Amino acid sequence: MASWVLTATDLACQKAQRTLFEGVSLAVSAGSWLHIEGSNGCGKTSLLRILCGLSPAARGQVVWPGSSPATPPRPDRSVLHYMGHALGLKPDLSASENLCLDAQVSGLRLSLAQAVQALTAQGLKSRAHLPVRVLSQGQRQGVALARLRTSPAQLWVLDEPLVGLDAQATDTARALLQSHVDAGGALIMTSHHDVGLQGPGSRFQLGAGASVA
Amino acid sequence: MKLFHYAAPHNFYHLAGRLWPWLALVASALAVAGLWTGFMVAPSDAQQGQAYRIIYIHVPVSWMAMLIYLAMAFWSVLGLAFQTRLSGLMTRALAPTGALMAFLSLWTGALWGKPMWGTYWVWDARLTSMLILLFLYLGYIALTSAIEDPRRSDRAGALLAVVGSVNVPIIYFSVQWWNTLHQGASVSFTQSPRMASVMLTGMLLMSLAMWLYAVAMALRRVRSLILVRDSHAAWVQQLPEVLALRALRSAA
Amino acid sequence: MSAQALPNPWQAMAGVLQRDLRLALRRKAEWLGAVFFFVVVVALFPLAIGPEPDTLRLIGPGVLWVAALLASMLSLGRLFEADHLDGSLEQLALSAAPLSWLVVAKLGAHWLISGLPLVLLSPILGLQFGLGPEALGLLALTLLIGTPVLSLLGAIGAALTLGVRGGGVLQSLLLLPLYVPVLVFGTGAVDAQMRGLGAQAHVSVLLALLLAAAALSPWACAAALRLALE
Repeated sequence: MASWVLTATDLACQKAQRTLFEGVSLAVSAGSWLHIEGSNGCGKTSLLRILCGLSPAARGQVVWPGSSPATPPRPDRSVLHYMGHALGLKPDLSASENLCLDAQVSGLRLSLAQAVQALTAQGLKSRAHLPVRVLSQGQRQGVALARLRTSPAQLWVLDEPLVGLDAQATDTARALLQSHVDAGGALIMTSHHDVGLQGPGSRFQLGAGASVA
Repeated sequence: MKLFHYAAPHNFYHLAGRLWPWLALVASALAVAGLWTGFMVAPSDAQQGQAYRIIYIHVPVSWMAMLIYLAMAFWSVLGLAFQTRLSGLMTRALAPTGALMAFLSLWTGALWGKPMWGTYWVWDARLTSMLILLFLYLGYIALTSAIEDPRRSDRAGALLAVVGSVNVPIIYFSVQWWNTLHQGASVSFTQSPRMASVMLTGMLLMSLAMWLYAVAMALRRVRSLILVRDSHAAWVQQLPEVLALRALRSAA
Repeated sequence: MSAQALPNPWQAMAGVLQRDLRLALRRKAEWLGAVFFFVVVVALFPLAIGPEPDTLRLIGPGVLWVAALLASMLSLGRLFEADHLDGSLEQLALSAAPLSWLVVAKLGAHWLISGLPLVLLSPILGLQFGLGPEALGLLALTLLIGTPVLSLLGAIGAALTLGVRGGGVLQSLLLLPLYVPVLVFGTGAVDAQMRGLGAQAHVSVLLALLLAAAALSPWACAAALRLALE
């Protein structure tokens, strides 16, 4: 029985007096993935932010192993890695500087060599020392994925991780996500495309269903 | 606990509805009594003549301006600690009345100043502090109006009110210091006339009247805020006043 | 190639400081603008009021302090804005280090970029007002203690109005009442010294204000920033 990483019960979200979704319950265990689907504006990003503890839910709770339902989750980068639409990259710093400083700011230690290694694995070795502002959208996404490679967190919460990537980069990314799940990590992601992950996992249609385990 | 029963906007709405008319009535009665005492019964001051009588309005509204800000801070702390929505609504309901009191304090202070000291404005420590308090009120109202998301608006306002209330004594102290340092402004309202007991009665009556007025207005305002906030809730749709308004609209 | 967890939050703070300073060095135009503003505003007053030396000596400390205050308020807009827009702020909120500590580091960087130049320039600009060397030294000292207070308090306003429309003007309205004590004691110190009374009491109060702001502000900023992220 795989150990669970995160459970959410009866989550509801309201934006500007309008209920986006309600009654959402889900549980994610180690070594599995959860693909959240839904039309534009149905609240996928809001749901992810609630799961990360960035936004409060109008109702319901998110529970981590070791925390009680009473205490709100405050997971940090050592246990959870969140990748939002805004990638959190500084345009005036180089890709490698971004990775190293971002790690340090998040309470992690990453050497320059490790950063370059991660960027190389993502196919961005030649871009490692260029400022991010000269990179294309897809390349910036690649830098964010390289940062993901270096993360020690068990749970990855990714909002549209494949957007803007070309075919080769998409394959690399897919392999990265698969290896993470295979190694015992957990993955929650949204994407409009079929990612094609193998192994234990499920797809969750936001706006249609209520529970998934 | 009974108190938390009224923390639900639904219950508080009805409670406030029952309370505020009575409070307004008592406030009016006290105001009439206070004004009559102050303007008719109390003797004229030896130094300042008849014009001093404006203190029967000036002092109570000044007290209320400070008291209401403290009340806002109190509700804000409650809201931040217990996460109750009603706390944010009460704070918002209090702010306009508090701002009004601060403005009246400045205005009556100016009206007092002209016959007494020859100018409408003096940089007296108290008046200056009241001016800054008015800015604090306006800042709160501006911030809560500018933020659209209700929860963020309430909590940001609560933070501002708490930070402001911590600063109010510091601001008052610093303005006192500034005022004594710059001896140019030698006029001071701190040299108040010795209070005959009937003068004190008049001021107390007016203060009580102002306080009840402020509470009545806050309760009335919070009812409107509750209706706006919970406009989609079932209990609001079922209210007689809302149904009546609907009927009126559809008839028109 | 996995990163290791850091043992303490100090290194995270050092990371924030380093990142912000490095970014500022690569975008000098941004913070130099506030410094030029300070210089220009200070020069405007003698032009507006007249070159009479006694008048200028009287208004000098006040003018310099108000100009520093306005320049500080001007530079606050940039404090959290960029991080909010590019997504760095939510990564800061997810850091293993407490957000309030990271805010202190950000404010430290901000002061080094926007506050310290004002402190260093003030003696030079004070010469325009005919202030003596002791007055100039004391003025610089009050600004040295006072500008961090302005940054600390200003950050609360910046955090509360982050992403809110009309934020800049709103921020000023929120901050001006909070700035009054710092202004009063900062200028009061120089005034007292110019009259021959001691300035020690004023400087002590300024230090007390600095400690109080340092204790209160990071917590309030962190709470306001989390609100902005919701």
